Amino acid sequence: MVGLPSRHKSLALLAGVVLLQVLMLAVQVKRDSRGRLIRVWTITAVTPFEKGGAWGFGKVRGVWDHYFALQGTTRQNEALRAENDSLKLRISELESKASEADRLGALLTFKQAHEKVPMLMARVIGASAGTASRTVEIDRGERDGVRRNMGVITPDGAVGKIIEVYRDNAQVLLLTDKDGGAGAMLLESRSQGPVKGNGDPTLSMNYVATDEKVNVGDKVVTSGMDKIFPRDIPVGIVIEARPGTTFKQIKVKPAANLERLEEVIVLLTQEPVEFPSQTDTQGATPAAEKP
Amino acid sequence: MNDTYELRGSETHIEVHKFFPGAVAMVAILALVLQRILPVYLPKLEILDLPLLVTIYFGLSRRNPSTGLLLGMMMGLMQDSLSGPTVPIGEYGIAKTVIGYLASSIGSRLDTEHPLARFALVMSFFVVHQAILVLVRRVLLAEPEPWFNLHLAIAALVNAVLGVALFVAMDRLRRSS
Repeated sequence: MVGLPSRHKSLALLAGVVLLQVLMLAVQVKRDSRGRLIRVWTITAVTPFEKGGAWGFGKVRGVWDHYFALQGTTRQNEALRAENDSLKLRISELESKASEADRLGALLTFKQAHEKVPMLMARVIGASAGTASRTVEIDRGERDGVRRNMGVITPDGAVGKIIEVYRDNAQVLLLTDKDGGAGAMLLESRSQGPVKGNGDPTLSMNYVATDEKVNVGDKVVTSGMDKIFPRDIPVGIVIEARPGTTFKQIKVKPAANLERLEEVIVLLTQEPVEFPSQTDTQGATPAAEKP
Repeated sequence: MNDTYELRGSETHIEVHKFFPGAVAMVAILALVLQRILPVYLPKLEILDLPLLVTIYFGLSRRNPSTGLLLGMMMGLMQDSLSGPTVPIGEYGIAKTVIGYLASSIGSRLDTEHPLARFALVMSFFVVHQAILVLVRRVLLAEPEPWFNLHLAIAALVNAVLGVALFVAMDRLRRSS
């Protein structure tokens, strides 16, 4: 048999490997399967490192945020700083813990305030590995009762839905993903229209008739029509409303800070959830605006 | 056995580097884990593509197109798997396979040790990687996708700068001759 030069061999290998992946893509598109087996293997292999890494990062960030970052501001007082360093380190550790406790406390208060609604607190341990999707991974999975299509929220508002569940972890498709969204309505007028992700930090609200009155600043809440979120969970606030030919073009800023999620709540039910912000201020307040 | 050796095709003398055992696998896994963890704490770092940088680095250093494209394929497929079910498996796989092949092929022809050469190469590979991704999404998946925008230009620049620094750090993983 005539041997191929090594350059041709590698070219043939390239062609074969690319062709194989193109076929794999075609199979996934045709059968609407998403290669679950490969994903399970990869996630099972990577999750232990990820959990360890998330824990380590939390620790490092706590010290960095509250210790090293302060060094710049205290440069002029170096003598005093040396004396106070050990105390600052201690304070920073406590602050970091306090900040975490505040966040967890908010979630716990929320959970306790809705004892009748089964929900589960979860920690975000990873984000999407590429910019093609907006998903996060949480440290709760099948063993904790998490199932596909369960709603995920924070005390600020809707976050997304469970899209894939593994034994000890699950993936959440954020509202801002191109495939993400939720059934929604305007809080004041109760006009319904689904919100959809654009792959950027904002959402689009569709199918709201042009003659409907929509103002910038109007609150958007879930409608409950998607069978994922209960009604009246804050979705966001209208930041742009332009008239279209048939429907208005509405942009919504998410109520929950989807760019920075660390702890979330998985709704194990569709029972109505009452949000304190709605009774106090009659609507959603985007998390990003909060101090 | 020599840890590094030279390709002597025509007049050029280009070293082929070898690495400590397990270094490639460790760096690859670390890149994937960091790619997932970093944006949770620092959302702006979503702009980085660490698996791409690792693919380029080992491609340029090992200078073997077959291993380069296989490493690229592995990195890409794992990135697909970790990107959630909305990203079909093969999307990043195809792009990184091609980049792995190109990096190894270019690495075997040029000296790619100079920081400026590395900067230019990472930037070019980022653009090619993006072009392949868009091509796959548009042609194979029929998804609308912009070819290039300001965000991607910034991403190319940031990744190139990081690549230069990261490559110097990864040079330490090479076995000395």
